[in-house]
Amino acid sequence: MKFYEYKAHEIFRKYGIPIPHGVLAATPEGLVDPPLPCVVKAQVLVGGRGKAGGIKFAQTIAEAREAARAILGMTIGQYTVKQVYAQEMLDIVQELYLSIAIDRSARAPLLMASALGGVEVESVPADKLFRMHIPPLVGLHPYVLRALGRKLALPKDVATRVSDIARKAYALFKGEDAELVEINPLAVLKDGRVVAGDAKLVVDDNAEYRHPEYAELDQDRTPLEEEAHDKGITFIQLDGDIGVIANGAGLTMATLDVLNLKGGRGGAFLDLGGTDDPEKVKQAFEILLKANPSVIFLNIFGGITKADTVAVGAEEALKAFGTKIPVVARIKGVNEQRAKEILADAGMHSVEDLEDGAELAVKLRGSR
Amino acid sequence: MSVLLDARTRLIVQGITGHQGQFHTRAMLDFGTTVVAGVTPGKGGADIHGVPVFDSCEEAVFSTGANASVVFVPAPYAKDAAIEAVESGVKLLVIITERIPVHDCLDLMPYARAKGVTVIGPNCPGIATAGVAKAGILPNHIFAPGHWGVISRSGTLTYEIVDAMTRAGLGQTTCVGIGGDPINGTNMVEALALFERDSETKGVVLVGEIGGTAEEEAARFARAMSKPVFAYVAGRTAPPGKRMGHAGAIIQRGMGTAESKVLAFGEAGVPVARYPREIPDLIRDSQ
Repeated sequence: MKFYEYKAHEIFRKYGIPIPHGVLAATPEGLVDPPLPCVVKAQVLVGGRGKAGGIKFAQTIAEAREAARAILGMTIGQYTVKQVYAQEMLDIVQELYLSIAIDRSARAPLLMASALGGVEVESVPADKLFRMHIPPLVGLHPYVLRALGRKLALPKDVATRVSDIARKAYALFKGEDAELVEINPLAVLKDGRVVAGDAKLVVDDNAEYRHPEYAELDQDRTPLEEEAHDKGITFIQLDGDIGVIANGAGLTMATLDVLNLKGGRGGAFLDLGGTDDPEKVKQAFEILLKANPSVIFLNIFGGITKADTVAVGAEEALKAFGTKIPVVARIKGVNEQRAKEILADAGMHSVEDLEDGAELAVKLRGSR
Repeated sequence: MSVLLDARTRLIVQGITGHQGQFHTRAMLDFGTTVVAGVTPGKGGADIHGVPVFDSCEEAVFSTGANASVVFVPAPYAKDAAIEAVESGVKLLVIITERIPVHDCLDLMPYARAKGVTVIGPNCPGIATAGVAKAGILPNHIFAPGHWGVISRSGTLTYEIVDAMTRAGLGQTTCVGIGGDPINGTNMVEALALFERDSETKGVVLVGEIGGTAEEEAARFARAMSKPVFAYVAGRTAPPGKRMGHAGAIIQRGMGTAESKVLAFGEAGVPVARYPREIPDLIRDSQ
């Protein structure tokens, strides 16, 4: 789960992390009592808003509303800006960097910090970057923060404030099931405050059941992806024109790769998972058809999946939605022979393996 | 010989009375596995396909001498089930369950390791030692005893490749599904090390995918191995930032791309198949 900046700020505030003052607005007139001067920022879930013109500075309320007018409705990435966040302009004397992420190889949270904040962390030279794992069973202890202070060579009072923020960030990381907590810049202000100039938070989708309050938040999904998500279907839209239905994430990716190898390009993929329920297969086709593919490639390798009931679902879908889109189907599983008969009777192209199926799908894409 | 699972394995099925648990207990028994007990809290005294059901892992281990467990418990309860199994004294834990919160795995994996327990998974199809035993959901009929080890982050894609190997006469020692999550109990390098030590295994097939750096680390390890390694990497056409079905299959901040993995394998002299069914061809060409 991703969060709009203002929402992440709210959560950071809940954990006692100092956050600049700001107000949210969905219309220019709705922008009431912003801290002045302020920076008006588009609320989007994708990066690159600065370059797209989604960040503007304002000295007066009139300027702030003018900025909001310009930003609201703007398209950034493939998303329309629906809200702006007007945040106090910070009088920054130094920009730091602080993050906690999951290091997959070490199987542990990784605390990173740098005195060179405000830039992409990837561009910080390795010797200027503090990196230390936090042993998950015992948590964050002061030795880590002492090491951080030494590495960043901060004045004592700043180091104390940064340590306090790091402790709170780790509490947030654990408490909210976060995959990433990132503060960049962590701003040291002229008045001595240390505040999170920007707050980035990514929460584990698999922990959604522990955080029902996040279920209704916008995510960076297309409307069709959102519809599939609501039905519990793994569906992702890509930039090609061939629709893929497969089972299992690895096989789905492999199917897209083989299509590419044969000169085609996946336009959307849908992972059926372990199901052979005809109703679910039908539902899958319905979603995929809405993505308007030029051809559909159904690729199922089921050890225990019933091939014939998958075929029945496909047949019923084609009938129900009256589509003329060609379908190439490769289904391995229980009752395979029966499945092939059903597919053939319904006018689908039945093939034996992934490579042949991909080749045929690519050939048929122009035949609609 | 084989790795992880052999004729001495005495298996518990946690969540045996559920739909999945019952179905796969039947299949594991059919494969030849010594399934000695099932555990479902509140269902002690029941019987599933002749396997006695206990209320706790402790009772199951005490009564049956079980030394391994396979977990079919739903995600919100999986961490509890896994810790219970570790405390009961089993030495191998296979977690099939998908969608377990990553923070649960961050806690669980170092804990199990400290207790000397090997964890496979989560979000995996399990382990099968061809002709001997299976702990998981891999389809029985695709395996044939032989000399090739298989390590995979995926489920059905593994079946596809194992099936192709079997058809080509390349049987397997053990197939280890390490799972598609970012934090797993046994990683590729650790699984490779098991096969390197196994006297029956002649070589290893690695089925990787985008996300993380496990393949790059495996490639470095393979360079120092005495046995040949062959690889397939899924997700060459996956766009950055999209989670491709597996929690772990995501290209983040330019890390975890298929190109990087294919390149690492190339530098280590590990042949990489362009499509799944090319694996048997690569193996044959090298012999």
